[in-house]
Amino acid sequence: MSVLSHVGAPVGGPKDTVREPVAGQRRRRLLPYLLLLPGALWLALFFAVPAVQLAATSLYDPAGSLDLGYAMTWAFGNYPDALAAYWPQFARSFAYAGIATVLAVLLGYPLAYAIAQKAGRWKNLMLVCVVAPMFTSFLLRTLAWKTILSDNGWLVGLLRDLHLLAPDGRLLATPAAVVLGLTYNFLPFMVLPLYANLERLDYRLLEAASDLYASPVRVFRRVTLPLSMPGLVAGTLLFFIPASGDYINAELLGTPNEYMIGNVIDSAFLVRLDYPQAAALSFLFMAVILAIVFVYVRRAGTDEVV
Amino acid sequence: MRFGRWIAERWVLALALLVLGYLFLPIAVVAALSFNRPSNRLSYDFNEFTLDNWRNPCGPGDMCSSLLLSVQIGLLATLVATLLGTLMAFAMVRHRFRGRAATNLLIFLPMATPEVVMGSSLLALFVAAGMPLGFWTVVIAHVMFCVSFVVVTVKARLAGLDARLEEAAMDLYASEWQTFRRVTFPLVFPGILAAALLSFSLSFDDFIITNFNAGSSTVTFPMYVWGAAQRGIPPQVNVIGTAMFVIALLLVLGGSVRRRRGVAA
Amino acid sequence: MANNGPAGDLRLANVTKRFGIFTAVDDLSLTIPQGSFFALLGASGCGKTTTLRMVAGLEQPTSGQILLGGAEISRLRPYKRPVNTVFQSYALFPHLDIFENVAFGLRRRRVKEIAGQVERMLSLVQLEGYGKRRPNQLSGGQQQRVALARALINHPQVLLLDEPLGALDLKLRRQMQIELKRIQTEVGITFVHVTHDQEEAMTMADTVAVMNAGRIEQLGAPAEIYEFPATAFVANFLGQSNLLAGTVTGTSGADLLIEAYGSRFSVPVERARVRQGDVHLGVRPEKLFLAPAGDPLPAGHQGVNGVVTDSSYVGVSTQYLVRTAWGAELAVFAPNTGIGGQVPIGTPVTAHWHPAHAFVLPREAGAGDRTAPILPDAVAAAS
Ligand SMILES: Nc1ncnc2c1ncn2[C@@H]1O[C@H](COP(=O)(O)OP(=O)(O)OP(=O)(O)O)[C@@H](O)[C@H]1O
Ligand SMILES: [Mg+2]
Repeated sequence: MSVLSHVGAPVGGPKDTVREPVAGQRRRRLLPYLLLLPGALWLALFFAVPAVQLAATSLYDPAGSLDLGYAMTWAFGNYPDALAAYWPQFARSFAYAGIATVLAVLLGYPLAYAIAQKAGRWKNLMLVCVVAPMFTSFLLRTLAWKTILSDNGWLVGLLRDLHLLAPDGRLLATPAAVVLGLTYNFLPFMVLPLYANLERLDYRLLEAASDLYASPVRVFRRVTLPLSMPGLVAGTLLFFIPASGDYINAELLGTPNEYMIGNVIDSAFLVRLDYPQAAALSFLFMAVILAIVFVYVRRAGTDEVV
Repeated sequence: MRFGRWIAERWVLALALLVLGYLFLPIAVVAALSFNRPSNRLSYDFNEFTLDNWRNPCGPGDMCSSLLLSVQIGLLATLVATLLGTLMAFAMVRHRFRGRAATNLLIFLPMATPEVVMGSSLLALFVAAGMPLGFWTVVIAHVMFCVSFVVVTVKARLAGLDARLEEAAMDLYASEWQTFRRVTFPLVFPGILAAALLSFSLSFDDFIITNFNAGSSTVTFPMYVWGAAQRGIPPQVNVIGTAMFVIALLLVLGGSVRRRRGVAA
Repeated sequence: MANNGPAGDLRLANVTKRFGIFTAVDDLSLTIPQGSFFALLGASGCGKTTTLRMVAGLEQPTSGQILLGGAEISRLRPYKRPVNTVFQSYALFPHLDIFENVAFGLRRRRVKEIAGQVERMLSLVQLEGYGKRRPNQLSGGQQQRVALARALINHPQVLLLDEPLGALDLKLRRQMQIELKRIQTEVGITFVHVTHDQEEAMTMADTVAVMNAGRIEQLGAPAEIYEFPATAFVANFLGQSNLLAGTVTGTSGADLLIEAYGSRFSVPVERARVRQGDVHLGVRPEKLFLAPAGDPLPAGHQGVNGVVTDSSYVGVSTQYLVRTAWGAELAVFAPNTGIGGQVPIGTPVTAHWHPAHAFVLPREAGAGDRTAPILPDAVAAAS
């Protein structure tokens, strides 16, 4: 099962221990570049270049269209315009993803901890159980939630009988459903890095700590939690980023009232064909995400993210 | 104290099982629906038990061809991404070179970029370059977003590998190539396998980026499901979903059992 | 391997290794005769492992040459050198079983008849029947023996051992020492052995080198180094010494005259590393005798007065600390011969010695006395 234990292990991973490789030779100097070349080229060509182009597109004259063509007018106004038009979706994206991240930590941490430290010989099986659902299509699982949450489903019936839900209350097509869907869909991205980190946690440290701090709660707060910080940072990032950009959950489990920025960008690109605005929205969104990532990583004190 | 700890342990484990239950709930629904004879095309309710769907999984016209296409794209993208990513991981861990920080950023950014943004910007590139959308544009896109995950996964494994093992091998008359083949590769292989598995699942399951870059004639399985969701899902889709889940379960479990045997022997 | 003539010596010529601005090995020159057992001693971090790594080819010297039997090997790749290493951290291949670990070198050289050799090697290190196990299923000491077997089986011209016996218990350690020595004399391999165990170095090695901060401070036969150390560092690294700060005042016949703390001492000229200026006058603790203060000293002896401040009984001897009038604490080891009783703490005594047992070392101007605290293993090292 070591196969999966490495998934997402990056942040917790040991610092690169480059003990200067055997004997310096001329071709050794070139070797790293040769190794990097294909992958870096791929990323540059199909990720970096489009990103730059996107930045350019976002400054095109908003009056242009696909038929008339676009003119580069350095229209920085596209940004405030996009923000003014779609700030609720922006806010919603980060709010939903933020709440879902908190929920995912609450659900994922105990799960990762249990697998890493308590599961014993059931460890592998439990780990497989976390990963296997990813193979059933993402869309199918979300559609299944639609069934589960539907107005005449058993869950709504049960909640209504227990008076936890008003007789005409619903689950589907509410913000709660979208947040629940997000939490569900990206949970493995939270659990795996956390697991990889917690697995390496030395049990003797915990024993030593319970010697010093006695109460399990304090041991957790003083030792386990700080030591698992890199895993938690990796997990929250790997969770938060796709969750905030997602639009499938909002589309399938919500209504236009729950639409997130992903829905807007998607329709701007594919339906409304308003490229400058779509690009401005994309870029704005990416910039915010990157800002969040860097601030977060700084604050969490993990320097190397990858 | 002892009792307190006993409770604490069971409490965590019980919570973990509940979370696993949560993870499995939709799978159970998918599995149940795979045995369902729906009352009408748009209904998601369980109507009547039947084995028909399993007997005839490829009933609905394009479904199995889209599945096949997804598997093809997944395998191809996995192959390329794993190769490129593994090479990059080796360079990053084993070598010092100029431009390391920039490379790190280039690897990290795709993981920090929302799929909509990646998908849309790549589409813009393809359109600008006049490249016809279809199979190859999807493969290119999938390789692009898988590479970073491969690098990160392999890198973690490689960084944990004791460089002295390779030195020991060279000390014992293994040339660079033999050292790689007999020591480095076997030790990093689990990481590469994990990366490949991750790549495949990311590629196989991707909808957002694919939807941007596939054009109209290339329909992957997730795109088929998406389209069907608007028109009414044929129950066989659930058969495929359930089967994929079971296959994944068996594959990974089988692998870990074999590994344990290998150690015990 | 071709170079088996008497000229198969390992020679390091002006070898320097820098890591950035840090000099780990500093202009090291030494010759290790073929077939000899060479021990490298030195404090942690002084560059022993780095030296071995350069000989093995795992590290490139910043400057200097490494020659084996006259041929320059410092540019050869590690796998081209007839040199094998027993790594400080074992570095066993975790994915291979013990048999394959030991067979690794033979397989790379396409040797036939591997199984027999491996079995013989495993029984030599007392690990028969462990061939099918994985390294992580062995104890630390067992892993260390596998590492040894894995290197030895190749019959290299030079075997580099980086603290190969560190993890073994005393009994097994003695056994392996005898085994190593036997193999070394039988096969005629040059052993370069890094160890922290002084007794191990002294009993096994033909030649001992004491390293300090990247340099070799002294090199020679064990007894030679012990009896007449070259520097203050060596004097206190190999065993311990009482070093008194003094100044040379002149010579008298075959003796060097030294003044320290108002007293005059003499040392035979051939026991002096320097003949003028600031010096350390050194005497080993077991070469000091205690006499009640005021009693006449044996003929030819000289001494300093002091008070016993500490005594610890360690079986074969009693170790005393004697505080002199100027505050130095001299260590004195008195053998427990059963003649004469223990000297109580507080007794005024004279610590005396025969000048032929003293030695004179250079001293940086301003450096004071150097007396080492009593070390529990000092006796063992001295024996
Ligand atoms: N790759 C390296 N980069 C930088 N410094 C190094 C490197 N390798 C060794 N050093 C430094 O060189 C010095 C000598 O190291 P070396 O490993 O040779 O010590 P050693 O004598 O074997 O010590 P020990 O007895 O603890 O094994 C140490 O100060 C160490 O920190
Ligand atoms: Mg060392």
